[in-house]
Amino acid sequence: MSLGSYTSFILASYLAAALVVAILIGWIALDYRNQKRHLRGLEESGVSRRSGRSATEIK
Amino acid sequence: MTLTDLANPTKFLALTARVLPWLVGATILLFLIGLYQSATAPDDYQQGATVKIMFIHVPNAWLSMLVWAVMSAAALGTLVWRHPLADVAAKAAAPIGAAFTFLALLTGSLWGRPMWGTYWEWDARLTSVLILFLMYLGLMALWRAVEDPSRAARAAAVLTLVGAINLPIIKFSVDWWNTLHQPASVFRMGGSTLDRAFLIPLLVMALAFTLLFVTLHLAAMRNEILRRRVRSLQMMQASQKAA
Repeated sequence: MSLGSYTSFILASYLAAALVVAILIGWIALDYRNQKRHLRGLEESGVSRRSGRSATEIK
Repeated sequence: MTLTDLANPTKFLALTARVLPWLVGATILLFLIGLYQSATAPDDYQQGATVKIMFIHVPNAWLSMLVWAVMSAAALGTLVWRHPLADVAAKAAAPIGAAFTFLALLTGSLWGRPMWGTYWEWDARLTSVLILFLMYLGLMALWRAVEDPSRAARAAAVLTLVGAINLPIIKFSVDWWNTLHQPASVFRMGGSTLDRAFLIPLLVMALAFTLLFVTLHLAAMRNEILRRRVRSLQMMQASQKAA
């Protein structure tokens, strides 16, 4: 595969896409971990949902 | 599980937990196939190897509009049916849509420089997509600025529906005005003008990016539901302390 004189433009496009997608995935994964940590902290401090179910329960 | 069941956030979370691993697997598989096909696609007779940028640019451009269309449907769900997950869906989709729009603008610019001789031109297509990107940022700022989620949801829903006017402007800008941007070559009356050697990798990459959106959107919706649980538990804790 030869990209000729356009190599920098093509590689920059693919790398930018990979970087932005990686940032999105990382941000969503971190956010999930943070929300679960907050919920566990609240449950441990004795606060519970009106339904009585665990706040971290997702199944 | 019916559609009505999905109005229940706990049932929605259970469904998300079941389907997310499959969606992740399918997305990775499609990207592997799409990237292989993109790498091995022949050079275009006019554009040379820069045609490979199309396999990234076009799916992101399509998704930038599709995500706003999804948010518009969710906005109707918020304003008309008051569906409990509608504004969760809209809020979760906005940053993902902004990222796709940013990539469409950036890769378009990187494609434009060798083909048009310029990174940017204030023509109708490019400007209307830039406006779409700014509208995504505006919506995200609105959600952060209003503390009460239900008030923020209604304001954001109205803004989203007003912003939907931009979608046909983006789509038909290449027909209505003189522009450097080429007219539609895939979804058009009379069929695609693209050769199969480019069309197939493009469609595979578009499907891969669409599955990526579905996967990230479900995961972000799950996060938003958990964030609202955190908020309501923190409010209960505060009221218990006050009492």
